[in-house]
Amino acid sequence: MLVSLKWLRDYIDVELTPEEIAAKLTMAGLEVDSIDRITPGFSGVVVAKILSVKPHPNADKLSLCEVSTGDQVFPVVCGAKNINAGDIVPLAKVGATIPGGYTIKRSRLRGEISEGMLCSEEELGIGEDTTGIMMLPGNLKFGEDLAGALDLEDVALEISITPNRSDCLSMIGIAREIAAMTGGEVRYPDIEFEEKGGGTVALTSVNILDPELCPRYAARLIKDIEIKPSPAWMRMRLEAVGLRAINNVVDITNFVMMEYGQPLHAFNFRSLEEGRIVVRGATEGEEFISLDEKPRALSANTLMICDGVKPIAIAGIMGGLDSEVEEDTKDVLLESAYFNPSSIRKSSRSMGMSTDAAFRFERGIDPEGVVRALNRAAQLIADLSGGYICRGYIDEYPRKIETVKNIPLRPERVNRVLGTQIGAGEMKDILEKLEMTVTDNGERGYLVTPPTFRVDISREVDLTEEIARIHGYEGIPVSLSALSTGTGTSNDKRILEDRIRTIFNGYGYSEVINYSFTTPSSADILGLSVDDKRRRVIKLKAPLSEEMSVMRTGLVYGLLETMRKNISAGNYDLRMFEIGKVFTDTGEELPMENERVGGLVTGSRYDRLWHFDDGLHSDFYDLKGCVENLFDVLRIRDIRFKSDCDQPFLHPGRSCYIVSDGKVIGFLGDVHPDILEKMDIKGKAVVFELDLQSIAALSREGLIYRDIPKFPSVSRDVAFVVAETVEGKYILDLVLKGREKLLECTDIFDVYTGKGIPNGMKSLAVRFTYRSAERTLTDSEVDRAHDRLVEKIVEHTGAKIRGLGV
Amino acid sequence: MKEALEDLRRKADDEIRSAKTGEEFISIKTRYLGRKGLLTSLLRGLKDVTPEEKPVLGKLSNDIKKSLLEKIEKALEDITSSEKHSSLSKDRIDVTLPGRGVRCGKIHPVTRVEREICDIFSTLGFSVVEGPEVELTYYNFEALNIPGDHPARDIHDTFYVTDNVALRTHTSPVQIRTMEKQSPPVRIISPGKVYRPDSDISHTPMFHQVEGLLVDENITFGNLKGTLTFFLRQMFGSGTLLRFRPSFFPFTEPSAEVDIQCVMCRGAGCRVCGHSGWIEILGCGMVDPEVFKTVNYDTEKISGFAFGLGVERIAMLKYGISDIRLFFENDRKFLEQF
Repeated sequence: MLVSLKWLRDYIDVELTPEEIAAKLTMAGLEVDSIDRITPGFSGVVVAKILSVKPHPNADKLSLCEVSTGDQVFPVVCGAKNINAGDIVPLAKVGATIPGGYTIKRSRLRGEISEGMLCSEEELGIGEDTTGIMMLPGNLKFGEDLAGALDLEDVALEISITPNRSDCLSMIGIAREIAAMTGGEVRYPDIEFEEKGGGTVALTSVNILDPELCPRYAARLIKDIEIKPSPAWMRMRLEAVGLRAINNVVDITNFVMMEYGQPLHAFNFRSLEEGRIVVRGATEGEEFISLDEKPRALSANTLMICDGVKPIAIAGIMGGLDSEVEEDTKDVLLESAYFNPSSIRKSSRSMGMSTDAAFRFERGIDPEGVVRALNRAAQLIADLSGGYICRGYIDEYPRKIETVKNIPLRPERVNRVLGTQIGAGEMKDILEKLEMTVTDNGERGYLVTPPTFRVDISREVDLTEEIARIHGYEGIPVSLSALSTGTGTSNDKRILEDRIRTIFNGYGYSEVINYSFTTPSSADILGLSVDDKRRRVIKLKAPLSEEMSVMRTGLVYGLLETMRKNISAGNYDLRMFEIGKVFTDTGEELPMENERVGGLVTGSRYDRLWHFDDGLHSDFYDLKGCVENLFDVLRIRDIRFKSDCDQPFLHPGRSCYIVSDGKVIGFLGDVHPDILEKMDIKGKAVVFELDLQSIAALSREGLIYRDIPKFPSVSRDVAFVVAETVEGKYILDLVLKGREKLLECTDIFDVYTGKGIPNGMKSLAVRFTYRSAERTLTDSEVDRAHDRLVEKIVEHTGAKIRGLGV
Repeated sequence: MKEALEDLRRKADDEIRSAKTGEEFISIKTRYLGRKGLLTSLLRGLKDVTPEEKPVLGKLSNDIKKSLLEKIEKALEDITSSEKHSSLSKDRIDVTLPGRGVRCGKIHPVTRVEREICDIFSTLGFSVVEGPEVELTYYNFEALNIPGDHPARDIHDTFYVTDNVALRTHTSPVQIRTMEKQSPPVRIISPGKVYRPDSDISHTPMFHQVEGLLVDENITFGNLKGTLTFFLRQMFGSGTLLRFRPSFFPFTEPSAEVDIQCVMCRGAGCRVCGHSGWIEILGCGMVDPEVFKTVNYDTEKISGFAFGLGVERIAMLKYGISDIRLFFENDRKFLEQF
């Protein structure tokens, strides 16, 4: 909310600078976001008196004036008709600037010298009047700067009012806060006026059909008014707080709203059919054109202000076009009401209309301030429009709006919550400064009744906050006594995540965080089958965009998107991983949330520098090696990489499932070239994804140290020529099945196809390492064991043994 | 004879001194000490001396031989090592070229800062708990004293899934879930992703928060100030100035917002702090009795405080990042800086 300091000073005297006021408000919970100085769009314009006006000898439409600033007299050529000797006018002297970027220069107009310019309101940007030179009041001092003389300068504070402080959505509300902080007194406006003519009650009526949504409605009639622009002081105040001046009546309703926080509405009384007000819910589909000239179809739960026949305003939100106050309006019906906050909120939300009035009603206005604001506005309308206020007023108040009374306050409890030693007397003072009524409650402390505008206060703890706020948060002593009792626990999952991060970082993979939302088309792009459970997505009702409208069910699509973006940014060599949740709709109220770790590698294995070799592109085995190492570090042994993986977005020949104990816990493989093409990604990529929960379950194994071998090992190398389809792991498994005690390990150290190997075959070179923990092995022992294992392989695979080194 | 020996030593020494190359030393060695060398031939005259002189001259000639030999060997050694050095020096590489190898990957800055925050609170006895990201609106709002039509929901624009399910707008639901399961004392910290439909230079529809909750007997606002003062000084340096000012959250009363002195201008006022010298860093307050009531805690017996802070915001301040969206664009050039 914008607050004009000039306007604020109508209600309270403050000797503080704008910065000091802002600091005080901020520290009292009314956060000042900005301080803006409002200055007129001109400079060098002074108050001057016209000494004489003579016709210009060479131009019929111009006149020659002598203008005095008190100590100097200037010749000025002027084209306006409304000037006479003796008038007090604004003079833009030579060197002055006026709105539009004009600088006044000494000039010669049709042969006559002009040293300055007399200005209209419009030329100075302080009004709309273009009919002639602006006439200034006679009490101004000649030669004085016009901005100062007319008090055109102001300071606007932009304040963030928290949703609980509806009472601060007005100048008086802010003045009250300043009074409580500085000990000043609020000057409330004097509301006095005469009533005459026929009684309001006889001329109109208010019928509330829905007292739940409209517990109170007050109205007055003001007749014989003249619609015209508001006076400058009112326009300046409104404009300083960001409201556009329209005409005197509309401006007054806005002015009083900004003054007291009570939204008001003025209806053109003549436009009201049957001359009366009915407050009722809209009928479903009823049509209505609001002030902003938009046709609106109403829903049944919207509260409407109607005349005898039709709706004339959306209650508490916006008036209607047909009942608008216009230039020829003579009589107005002034409304001041209290509407149910949550009803206004629902309506304003559903219609997307957040107006200043709705903003205040939905936060709760002072139920006892309704009539006061009505009278204040009536007074101003009568004063500024020449009309008269009809006798009496209507105050339909079918349902009492409860306000809180006698909240028990235990000073000892307040201090216990705050950790302070504020005296009971000081607490009482603070609350009284906030216009609360504090009475003794014997040993138990006080009974406190907040003013009716403080709709946020109903409990002891609310009073505690008020006491803390005005006492000052900075005055509450810092206590470290809650900081104690050892270290908190992390959890296993987070420890695991951090280990995974360390491992991937070591392999050169950087962590990415992608959005949890994705595009629904990702399932199609990845080619997921219709019954794939990753199609069971959680959909957002109102997403920011289609691309972010469902929750992800896997990490791969996001990783590929990140790859695409990086490549278009010129980053071709990427190693990335992500740890995050995926979400699957299981039909339960809340989806299943699973933590996953995924990764992607593409581009060069090393930096593309002087030692870069084109043959060093990352591939399947880079990522696999990293994942294998992950399992190794986490001491997870029971892991298989199973070929014939049918993930539709992976290359069928270059991908695998990651399986533990017969259960698939993830996958790894080259991304299918079709998917890359569909996503417009150039290059190759290898990805993997693993279920974190499964890894956590597997990595519980404890660590037991084994002795470093004392006796030497013996190795035997054999190259088996087998069909290309025979997988290395199959051969290693055959060896394991041989259960040879002396065998320490087997490794595949070479894979060869080409010259010397028949088509469709490959050579797998295997190193068998034998060792005993008790003794040095003899050749004949090793030979016996080795021959048996080799035979077993040959028997099962039909392998031919190839002479090594050939 | 003695004179002849001394004379020979002098001459040999002179020659050794002026010799430079290995060949010269070897030829000196041969000339003086070889089988047909000068010293050998001189010693042939030893048979003619008196028996008294014999041992004396014998010792002298041995000394000369030994000393010459040492000098020559030493010189030859020096020559070899300097020749080796000069030949290795020619095998020269450009040590200024960059090394070969895989660069270490980096932890995402959000994770980094989140871990730092949790580590600090861990030393204060806070344990980490986590909660669902797709949450019942009951936990996200109602249980936190934010009824359906409350204006406080304005600052919580929400991604709804159904009427009763939404992406959590803050990590505060974890407070309720924890207190439902556990009786006091409670001392938890809860990091995680949260979601609000906003997207501009300072908002992303997903971001990270860390929630804290401490409930026990006799917990005061002073304890809240102490705990957060400790935390912020750990995070931003021991000299960090901070201030608590009143604010509003439906689930705390009294509520406060905490500002730290601007890390960019040190309070002088700059663009980052909107020329105020202060930067809003977190929201906190004493747990509202209404919240305790929903989890059946005795509001007269216990009290507590809660706080929530935005991880990206702290990361932005710490690293001088001005556009929050960078965190989720995952550009390599961004990520590799952390």
